[in-house]
Amino acid sequence: MKFLHDLWRSQSEFVRTFGAMTLFFFQLLRYSPSTLVRRFSLVVAQIFNAGALSIVIIMVSGLFVGGVLGLQAFANLERFNAEEATGILAGFALVKEIGPVITALLFAGRAGTALTSEIGLMKATDQLSAMEMMAVNPMQRVFVPRFLGGIIAMPLLTAVFTMVGLLGAHLVAVELLDVDVGAYWQQLQQAMELDDVYEGITKSIVFGFVASLIAVWEGYNSVPTPEGVGRATTRTVVSTAIAVLILDFMITAYLL
Amino acid sequence: MRQNRAVELGTGLFILLGIGALFFLTTQTTGRNDFTNTDVYSVQARFENVGSLKKRAPVAMSGVTIGRVTGIEFDGEALEAVVTMVIDSRFNHIPDDSDASILTAGLLGSQYVGLQAGGSEFYLENGGEISFTQSAIVLENLIGRFLVKGRADE
Repeated sequence: MKFLHDLWRSQSEFVRTFGAMTLFFFQLLRYSPSTLVRRFSLVVAQIFNAGALSIVIIMVSGLFVGGVLGLQAFANLERFNAEEATGILAGFALVKEIGPVITALLFAGRAGTALTSEIGLMKATDQLSAMEMMAVNPMQRVFVPRFLGGIIAMPLLTAVFTMVGLLGAHLVAVELLDVDVGAYWQQLQQAMELDDVYEGITKSIVFGFVASLIAVWEGYNSVPTPEGVGRATTRTVVSTAIAVLILDFMITAYLL
Repeated sequence: MRQNRAVELGTGLFILLGIGALFFLTTQTTGRNDFTNTDVYSVQARFENVGSLKKRAPVAMSGVTIGRVTGIEFDGEALEAVVTMVIDSRFNHIPDDSDASILTAGLLGSQYVGLQAGGSEFYLENGGEISFTQSAIVLENLIGRFLVKGRADE
């Protein structure tokens, strides 16, 4: 019994955090429609912060990830005289796995940390309490716009990453390694179905929810000290990475 | 409002870029856009065995893709596979005694329908049928025949 008691004491904090996070998630959802209508300009500003400002890192990463996929696919398929299939390999990898996952990880690093530290600092400097004093709901003013901005930005960022990645693979395979351009695209188009693209989009939507929720929650839940905000920011990246990778496996297993 | 304009402009550009990328992914990477917007006519061919031919496989003549397979059905009466394909209307001078065979693109490639021109003065039309066909080569049958022949020679 003592063992069970100790186990509960050590794990109850984790369970409590998880429950609080879920409640926070429902709060965010509850205020989402009204925020979208009444404070639309705030949501737009957050789409700009999370999405438009991430576009450079997304495009550069996409280009090189696509390029290296093209390179690896070519080098290994060449052994079987099947280098025309480079397009299939790079395309499927990008559309279904690498695109959504790496975009979510980059998003956590670029936009998630910014959200967490911003909200954490607002909390540390009592801005959230001040809002409540002025009868402004911080849910609608601060949390929900950031949450929605992340959700809207993620699928679009993923699409941009995947598209640039495909062009990167095209550049390496076709321009550098002389794979026939017709064979490259035709094999890819013949092999890929619309369902495969939808799988990637589904993943990016789920990752958008998870990454935004974790970033906003960690800021909200942070200890309002310089150290606490720093820790919360770290936790955002770590939790998002783990959650995204586990969910990726689960979604793939479910949709396959 | 001055500073808001730049934010709105940036957001608008970002959204347009994202939607453009989504459009690119759904139309350019999948094979659904082929021969759906062009004028086509459809012909049928009966095969004893279609092997692993699939819908949307290319129909090629002299190695150039001129159409797509749109349907593969089994005719329970004649016990044959009926392959329906559409061919780009620009190529409407294909003799009606041309023959269709199911070929494989490379050793590991997918299967496609290859047309070989005949010498007739009449051309294939919409709803027409290609009567001379050659089935897919099934590797197992080939090996089986080879083994039997090898034994018979001994």
